[in-house]
Amino acid sequence: MPGLGTSFGRGGSTTAPSELLNSDAILIMGSNMAENHPVGFQWVVEARERGTKVIHVDPRFSRTSAMTDLWLPLRAGSDLLFLGGLIRYVLENGREFREYLVHYTNAAVIVADEFRDTEELDGVFSGWNPETKSYDPTSWLYRGISEKNGPPDLAHYESDSTLEHPRCVFQLLKKHFARYTPEVVEAGCGIPREMFLKVAEIFTSASGAERTGAVVYSVGWTQHSSGVQVIRAAAILQMLLGNMGRPGGGILALRGHASIQGSTDIPTLYDILPGYLPMPALGPVSRTLADYIARNRQSTGWWANFDKYIVSLLRAYYGEAATPENDWGFGWLPRISGDHSHQGYWLDMNEGRMEGLFVLGQNPAVGAPNARLERRALSKLKWLVVRDLVEIETTAFWYDSPEVRRGELKPEEIGTEVFFFPAAGHAEKDGCFTNTQRLLQWHEKAVDPPGDARSETWFIYHLGRRLKEKARNDPRPRNAGLAALTWDYSVEGIHSEPRVEEILAEINGFRSNNRQPIASYTELTADGSTACGCWIYSGVFPAPGDNHARERKVHDAYGHGWGYAWPSDRRILYNRASARPDGQPWSERKKLVWWDEEAKRWTGVDVPDFAAGKAPDYRPAADAAGDAALAGDKPFILHPDGLGWLWVPTGLKDGPLPTHYEPLESPIRNQLYSTQQTNPAAEAKAGPENAYADSPDPRFPYVLTTYRLTEHHTAGGMSRTLPHLAELQPEMFCEISPALAAECDVRHGEWVTVVTPRGLVEARAMVTSRVRPLRIHGKLVHQIGMPYHWGFRGLVKGGAANDLVAISEEPNVRIMETKGMLCNLVRGRSGEGPAALKRLRSLMERRP
Amino acid sequence: MSVSAFLTDPTLCIGCKACEVACKEWNGLPQDGLEWTGFSYDNTRQLGASTWRHVLFLEQARPLGTQIAGGEDPFRWVFLSDVCKHCENAGCLEACPTGAIVRTEFESVFVQHDVCNGCGYCVVSCPFGVIDKRVEDGRAFKCTFCYDRQKAGLVPACAKTCPTQSIKFGTIEEMESRAQERVTELRARGYSDAHVYDARGTSVGRSHALFILLGEPEAYNFPPAPDVPTVHLRSAWTAATVAAAVGFLIVCAAFLL
Repeated sequence: MPGLGTSFGRGGSTTAPSELLNSDAILIMGSNMAENHPVGFQWVVEARERGTKVIHVDPRFSRTSAMTDLWLPLRAGSDLLFLGGLIRYVLENGREFREYLVHYTNAAVIVADEFRDTEELDGVFSGWNPETKSYDPTSWLYRGISEKNGPPDLAHYESDSTLEHPRCVFQLLKKHFARYTPEVVEAGCGIPREMFLKVAEIFTSASGAERTGAVVYSVGWTQHSSGVQVIRAAAILQMLLGNMGRPGGGILALRGHASIQGSTDIPTLYDILPGYLPMPALGPVSRTLADYIARNRQSTGWWANFDKYIVSLLRAYYGEAATPENDWGFGWLPRISGDHSHQGYWLDMNEGRMEGLFVLGQNPAVGAPNARLERRALSKLKWLVVRDLVEIETTAFWYDSPEVRRGELKPEEIGTEVFFFPAAGHAEKDGCFTNTQRLLQWHEKAVDPPGDARSETWFIYHLGRRLKEKARNDPRPRNAGLAALTWDYSVEGIHSEPRVEEILAEINGFRSNNRQPIASYTELTADGSTACGCWIYSGVFPAPGDNHARERKVHDAYGHGWGYAWPSDRRILYNRASARPDGQPWSERKKLVWWDEEAKRWTGVDVPDFAAGKAPDYRPAADAAGDAALAGDKPFILHPDGLGWLWVPTGLKDGPLPTHYEPLESPIRNQLYSTQQTNPAAEAKAGPENAYADSPDPRFPYVLTTYRLTEHHTAGGMSRTLPHLAELQPEMFCEISPALAAECDVRHGEWVTVVTPRGLVEARAMVTSRVRPLRIHGKLVHQIGMPYHWGFRGLVKGGAANDLVAISEEPNVRIMETKGMLCNLVRGRSGEGPAALKRLRSLMERRP
Repeated sequence: MSVSAFLTDPTLCIGCKACEVACKEWNGLPQDGLEWTGFSYDNTRQLGASTWRHVLFLEQARPLGTQIAGGEDPFRWVFLSDVCKHCENAGCLEACPTGAIVRTEFESVFVQHDVCNGCGYCVVSCPFGVIDKRVEDGRAFKCTFCYDRQKAGLVPACAKTCPTQSIKFGTIEEMESRAQERVTELRARGYSDAHVYDARGTSVGRSHALFILLGEPEAYNFPPAPDVPTVHLRSAWTAATVAAAVGFLIVCAAFLL
């Protein structure tokens, strides 16, 4: 999300799967789209039928690879080397889209003189503090701009449109990526030079005024210790080639399952509030609402509206109780006081620092990193509430888990009180999904849920109602926020299910005095006269009974009329860039949105992602503020300078430019930097129960990557219990090459045990040419692939691959590294009972 | 009533098995085995009494058209969704002694389960190994060509659910001509071993499930030259008659001598 957010302004996919039909080339990387997004993949299949070149770069030959023109295996964890190689190829061969670059990105902007690159400092950027293990990013700002109390004034920068200035972003970029040669790519990724050049040529020649290429990624990029920077590298490539905001271009961020995009828009995350407003932190930066707004409100660009969005959100939360006198209830919002990410709080739990946990729609006992540690952590809670369709592993950990069978945990010694609530499935409740392309789609209840099963909304609503009753009778200050919270949804049916459309109406926003819906976030105010649950969704429900998420009548090629894409039903983000600076399309073939000189308006086949009446030649006055401070040729309107950020001056924790670091566990040393092996800002969270292999490590010589199969859903809670899915992939397996099978003396179909310093998992050996050893710096490196769908319950059982994964944190989003680790593989099963524990310990701690 | 057919095209198939699942869901078929086979991603193995669509996964050291699969060495992974062929001369139908297996107005071959007596003659008479007896039930089952859906003007569940239109459904003439056009197009695109698997010209006759295949049919468990067992009836009866006559003569001779 910050990878796209800092590059372009919004943390959402910039395009839609169906838009791939208009691509001239599609680069799929860090994604197994055919297997995990089979319905969306129809557009790739169709595009290829029409002549689009489809390239897949992935450690394994998957069902996606089978459908492409070109598959290249690469070493898991070397993605940034490959993308850096493509960036260098563009820059060295003059393949950049000059005019696009100069006008629409910060290529021409001059960077602060204090900045020093990783190439000068051997692997860290200027500002690195080895003691706090974090960056002071002030030297990453544009020249002459400082960060005082609020956000830096990035709209007033120095620039050189010839791109020749040695301190301009373009030249810094060129220097930074100069070492990412085809030879370095070959040595680090295992991709032969000529194959790399072939891909580079196909993709770059499918870009320009007449042509566009798209990049497709999923968590195969995200789940790395430098995941955000991998996505950043793709953003840089797409900006250099002029592929953003244009038909068939863009970056398609495929989300892992239904409403994952929705779960960051209206977050289930700890560090943001709905609509990407930061969660206030403990301390002076957000002591008062004024402090918080000063910190976050940009003076130029769209985020100048920040105050309107937070005040309207507080009015939605607290209603009449939010007043100017009490800072609109800002003080009632929780404050971030530490690392409350998934990784952070599970480690806290394991240390006994948490009392209770609600688990809704998740199965961390097998579905989360270092699942062994997480199961043990569950045993240290006082209480645990699990809501799911069936009694999943997270509910049953205390009596039916590998730890219990191995004698590591004893049910009679576990004090955790487990409450299991049956949940309703999506067809058993009304609701709204926000899918990959930011599209809100309503779904209606088809049948009533069986027995005591209820919707999540029912649970949260009635829990909140009861807690509020308790809070009312207990006037302690800590309860004030809960007591003030609006919780006035009406209920229907024999089970008193809340009316979900009322929640969507609250998200859309309304006028505080008469509850009339607002039609757009442009109507929101900071004076309390409007309330809005999530500003980016505003417009989805503009009038009573007019729920746009419910619409199912497509009336144009961009799918308008079906659902509602945030923001403002724009299907292709930043689509102002589909026109030249003068407002006319780059080409007839690639026209999307353009300036109508007669009507003095932007028009086209998509909703313009730009102020409708702002002419291409509009130039702001020196003291202009907000969106009016951005010129008529600045398409990235969320950014304070209106530019696409090749260079991220502010907003990232690990550097203004992407640079290659090895995964936390790697079979090689980082060839770019002698002292900096891994992302310095990433946190390994190493400990006795979360141990790591060395890099390299003779005990764990093979690269391990985990993934999903079409037949199952994530950790299998919803598919291992269904006979028609369970029978399709009934057993845990690992994919190994014939060469590795020979090395380990394993035959196809035999049982093997895969071991990391965290745990071991037994699996059937699937020996296949779809996995191949790669030559990395002259050494043959073997890779092992493991799906992570199994667990110890359900119709089909098997080892949980997450037992092998470490809890670790990428610095920006605190996600774990599941896609590139080290492991060992030994013949035979891991066994059961106390003997298995002995084997586990001996294998995990085995010395060469 | 128009006569319909499937055209299954592995060059568009992504191996998602949605056809298998949609078939089982629509027809209420039970799960039939939770065993890992090791046959690539195919844990279904074959068509049977409770599996009426089966996606085969073929890993071959051969090129797929002009695809580059990781380097110089050729490699391809082909997915093919198999189904009952609903033959013009259907071995199962001809072998059925009770009249349980009938031809419908769609020219498909349909098993009436209330008439089936479970004799199993159909099972050995299918040249494609499609129809099978359900062990716990005793009767024979196979694809109904979604008779119920077609009767209501709907496309069969497998074709409806296929996300990439790898399973096409239409009139038999249209499917036959599209198959030929597709092969011509595929060959032009470098799929030199693409061809239509069509039983016309064999004793099976016209089939209502056409396939585009890459390479030999045997690799997909398809007989290269399918035969309906009943074509051998005349020679079988002749042989039996001759044998009986010879036996009779020998017996007579034994008395005479």
